[in-house]
Amino acid sequence: MNILVCISKAPDTTSKIAFTNNNTQFDENGVQYIVNPYDEWYALVRALELKESIGGNVTIVTVGTTADEAIIRKALAIGADEAVRIDADPKDAYFVAMQIASFAKAKGFDLVMTGKETINYNGSQVGGMIAEAMDLPFISLATKLDASGTKLTLEREIVGGVQVVEVETPAVVSCAKGMAEQRIPNMRGIMAARTKPLTIIPAEEVADLSSYVSYNMPNAKSSVKMIDPSNMDELVALLHNEAKVI
Amino acid sequence: MVLVYINSTTGLSKAALETVTYGKKIGGDVTVVTNGSASSEQLAQLGQYGASKVLVDRSVDGEDPQQLTRLIAAVADQIGASSVIFSHDIYGKAVAPRLSVRMKAGLVAGAIAIPESDGSIKVNVFSGKAVGFVKVASDKQIISLLPNSIQPEQSGNSCSVEEISGHAGSSAIRVLETKKPEGNIPLPEAELVVSAGRGLKGPENWGMIEDLAQALGAATACSRPVADIGWRPHHEHVGQTGVAIRPNLYIAAGISGAIQHLAGVNGSKVIVVINTDKEAPFFKAADYGVIGDAFEVIPRLTEAVKRFKATQH
Repeated sequence: MNILVCISKAPDTTSKIAFTNNNTQFDENGVQYIVNPYDEWYALVRALELKESIGGNVTIVTVGTTADEAIIRKALAIGADEAVRIDADPKDAYFVAMQIASFAKAKGFDLVMTGKETINYNGSQVGGMIAEAMDLPFISLATKLDASGTKLTLEREIVGGVQVVEVETPAVVSCAKGMAEQRIPNMRGIMAARTKPLTIIPAEEVADLSSYVSYNMPNAKSSVKMIDPSNMDELVALLHNEAKVI
Repeated sequence: MVLVYINSTTGLSKAALETVTYGKKIGGDVTVVTNGSASSEQLAQLGQYGASKVLVDRSVDGEDPQQLTRLIAAVADQIGASSVIFSHDIYGKAVAPRLSVRMKAGLVAGAIAIPESDGSIKVNVFSGKAVGFVKVASDKQIISLLPNSIQPEQSGNSCSVEEISGHAGSSAIRVLETKKPEGNIPLPEAELVVSAGRGLKGPENWGMIEDLAQALGAATACSRPVADIGWRPHHEHVGQTGVAIRPNLYIAAGISGAIQHLAGVNGSKVIVVINTDKEAPFFKAADYGVIGDAFEVIPRLTEAVKRFKATQH
């Protein structure tokens, strides 16, 4: 099975979130970028497991600048066979999806995998956009994925439960928790990653459909009001009269 | 013209009423397009929330986002919609991005408020640690609204309901099995949530959490470790890798409040934290705190809620 895994960079989950330039830009000062966890732990690792059980090839693609080659090498060290970087500094999910779709169309992948969302913009947009641009079925928020011949069997999240579905390849799948377990690259993988092929291709001309005009930090909570553990009637009264939530 | 998509296969959810209200608030004439089996009488009630017409395609089960995309795009084209509104639920996440490409319309994913005066729309970013304002560059826009961001408002009378078909094409996705626990309030829609973590020591102790939830009319949730070790089902896990929720009230017992957990709940309007450890980081994000043993505090709180409810009748 010929699999394409889309990866994106994301700030480390412990990064301090701040903005600069009059709150119009994310402050990258001191921020460590990692492979977006949904892309790495779930999409990439499951792709590698499928390759290990039924054979095939795993390509990773990211839309990014030379600064993103560290996360590409990380994904190669975990086990991807080859990497493609589409050279651009993207601002918009539509731009990213159009670049990847345009690259993938010509390559005949059986399966395109993404994480369910990035942990910085949380839009959950790129997978569905790629699917539409390639005119392929899309299974979103998948928590399990098995392949047999040209048939994919998946479990996906639905409101208040899960559903088992079947679809023919080629297809696009966005991956959520449950799909696979995180893999830590070993020394051999890290060494091998240095010599695996990384192809850089120029971005196509695509106009953004949206942009972030500014950011803000949410209003800080006023200090916590402590309640005596023996007096839960007081807590209920406060929730009713002061907070007005019950 | 505003087009609102709702899924009505299991009746009219609160999220559906919120999206119709949102459509009304951003202005203009609101048409609703839906699929599924809700009765025409039920669908006509959407008029009370601002819809002037409901179009329903009963031949579409809603399981294939590609079919829904074709259906919604055809209707949007027919009525000349300039905005299409979804709920940012599984349908919004699967269908809105497809529609964005099909219509070449910018998508605001996970809106939490009506548009600002400059037309930008507020969304959560960095897993709820900050907010951003998104502006769409295209003539048409698509907005998916995070559940519980606005309240449904009744403003009008029932509206007409029209059956449509022939736009959706065939489905490429075959459903083999649907597993849905009965009777629970879906977590993303719940206004009140009672949640617990490892501090509860074992799955056999969840009865008191369920008792409190029942007394309040709340949904139950849990922290990641509890779902990982199998004490509670995964769909109850709230946090960065689980479900992100924004209820009016979030009560957390025996959860220390790791940054990844906070990312899933910091949109909650009011947070109550119950923990034996007065240094638990969750207290910094809480509105009300109780330092004490959940095994004593929770049953006491349940009794207090019952006493309060008794005075409300």
